[in-house]
Amino acid sequence: MAKYTEDDLKVELESKEYEYGFYTDIESETFPIGLNEDIVRAISKKKEEPQWMTDWRIEAFRAWQEMIEPNWANVNYEKPDFQAISYYSAPKKVDPNKTLDDVDPELLEMYKKLGISLDEQKKMNNIAMDIVVDSVSVATTFKKTLNEKGIIFCSISEAIKEHPELVKKYLGTVVPQKDNFYAALNSAVFSDGSFCYIPKGVKCPMELSTYFRINQAGTGQFERTLLIADEGSYVSYLEGCTAPSRDENQLHAAVVELIAMEDAEIKYSTVQNWYPGNKEGKGGVFNFVTKRGLCEKNAKISWTQVETGSAITWKYPSVILKGDNSIGEFYSIAVTNNFQQADTGTKMVHLGKNTKSTIISKGISAGKSQNSYRGLVQISARADNARNFSQCDSLLMGNNCGAHTFPYIESKNSSAIIEHEATTSKIGEDQVFYCNQRGIPTEKAIALIVNGFSKDVLNKLPMEFAVEAQKLLEISLEGSVG
Amino acid sequence: MLQIKNLHASVEDKDILKGINLTVNAGEVHAIMGPNGAGKSTLASIIAGNENYEVSEGEILLEGEDISELAPEERAHKGVFLSFQYPVEIPGVSVTNFMKTAINESRKANGIEEMPANEMLKLIREKSELLEIDRKFLSRSLNEGFSGGEKKRNEIFQMAMLQPKLAILDETDSGLDIDALRIVANGVNKLKSKDNAVVVITHYQRLLDYIVPDFVHVLMDGKIVKSGGKELAYELEEKGYDWIKAELEV
Repeated sequence: MAKYTEDDLKVELESKEYEYGFYTDIESETFPIGLNEDIVRAISKKKEEPQWMTDWRIEAFRAWQEMIEPNWANVNYEKPDFQAISYYSAPKKVDPNKTLDDVDPELLEMYKKLGISLDEQKKMNNIAMDIVVDSVSVATTFKKTLNEKGIIFCSISEAIKEHPELVKKYLGTVVPQKDNFYAALNSAVFSDGSFCYIPKGVKCPMELSTYFRINQAGTGQFERTLLIADEGSYVSYLEGCTAPSRDENQLHAAVVELIAMEDAEIKYSTVQNWYPGNKEGKGGVFNFVTKRGLCEKNAKISWTQVETGSAITWKYPSVILKGDNSIGEFYSIAVTNNFQQADTGTKMVHLGKNTKSTIISKGISAGKSQNSYRGLVQISARADNARNFSQCDSLLMGNNCGAHTFPYIESKNSSAIIEHEATTSKIGEDQVFYCNQRGIPTEKAIALIVNGFSKDVLNKLPMEFAVEAQKLLEISLEGSVG
Repeated sequence: MLQIKNLHASVEDKDILKGINLTVNAGEVHAIMGPNGAGKSTLASIIAGNENYEVSEGEILLEGEDISELAPEERAHKGVFLSFQYPVEIPGVSVTNFMKTAINESRKANGIEEMPANEMLKLIREKSELLEIDRKFLSRSLNEGFSGGEKKRNEIFQMAMLQPKLAILDETDSGLDIDALRIVANGVNKLKSKDNAVVVITHYQRLLDYIVPDFVHVLMDGKIVKSGGKELAYELEEKGYDWIKAELEV
């Protein structure tokens, strides 16, 4: 089957839009390329934001101009030209003339393997759905249940208008505008994203975004998420989608901020499957994400991620353990194949007393890819009795890929207990032959071995997500052993 | 059941098998004995389809069908089972999960639907009792941290689960204490029927006290140099292999 590159996609999109007469329409909704203060103001205006929000963006933009793109990560790529990107385009509309027959068959094949419903497939490809009953009714019941509990769950644009007091109070408190190059860029130009507030003492009755995940496609390349769990509340949040996302935007720079107040708990699970580029390493998304959570007293934040997509991944979901007895967890599976490069890990910053953190990272490299774990465990002087356990395992497939581990530990308190374990292993021919001899074909054998390797992390995912993630691992590594 | 005709094989240009001829009929137990480096394990691996060996000549027939070009899993689907001399570890994959996958892959290949969970559980219970295996053992990662004896017992458990037509036991007795040996041998004997066949590869006569062979073959320097009944095993135990060498030179 011919390989489908990002260029092909671009051509297809352009010609399709033109074909159906949408070209001019879309054009008028897309900003000229380049970035300056006027563009930032225009984005804010387009989104009908209040003055304080515009000012906040401008402040971020000015800081960004002074900053330099980081180059310490173990990845090689041609730096994007930030003046060659258009920073605003209106959300894609449903195309009344498009059917599933117009969608890349390779993509459809993958949906089938992942068991994604027809409705979801259509939604993801901006195709009008005939059977809207299901998703609409589900969404409505869902909204009603949340409202009854006082939970706010909406887009960040909506939150800026409807709940300015909350947004104003918390936006940028965990990831400040000037935190890093990409966070500053995101703060200046973020397109949209999600906002969530769980009131005091409320346990969110369902996995947030399970039913909404498909609606999240198309939130744009600069996504902004803010999630606040008030005292004693609990929420489990799912981000992303196992279905492959083919996006014409090469650069993605998202920011996610989590705030867990006293006794609150946030579980944040991500599956990232952006277009990784073709087998020759051409194309693919650059994913530069800043994710961080703040824990007050007795609070807990868990990050669980399954990363299989993107050409370049630069991502370190972190937890600031500010309150005493707070807990931070990071469970990660990162798969790289072909020419993908991933530099991912976490930061656990122990500030409070009796704080605990756990890091389990599983890196799987195949093809000619490079997979790095980079982590920091920091124990401050007043963080008495802090504890950390880190385990970083790497699995290599073939002889042309690489696995790297960069664990940093900084401890200023002698009562801290820090443990670090690391292993590197290779899928052996003897393992594969053993499986073959029992009747298990090679592809299935690899999947079995990889799933076994990743089990500790897969177990942390919500059930329905875990099943899909498992299939996704199989698909991502298909054909990686000859 | 199994017919091997003039089988020649090498690894990295080194000839290991130099013309093996062997016929095993259904309902029979054959023992292959021989000194270290004679090619016993190579023969087992080649029958199972290990692609690290180059087969330069000859045929391997299973129930009359030439299987020498088939992938190892295809041979498994046709009922070939190898109990490994050194079973590999697969971390994070439980014995149960592994067996479930193996059984269902074979069923799929043979056009049978997946085994229902209750049937699978019943089979597991039955076979683990046969081999006196603690059920807790089955939730452990495959072969990870198993003792030598546990690994071998697990191999025979898998054989019991898969119910092969042709089972090749490669040095299954090594690393077993006398109790484990008795349990394993007992398991094999109970699985034996007129419809299947067993090939036992061993150094020592010890195992053959428990799994009594119908035929004994001596493999030396890549060839079967002598065949006989079970009494041949005793003779080898007593005299070693040198007398055969001497006999051959005469």
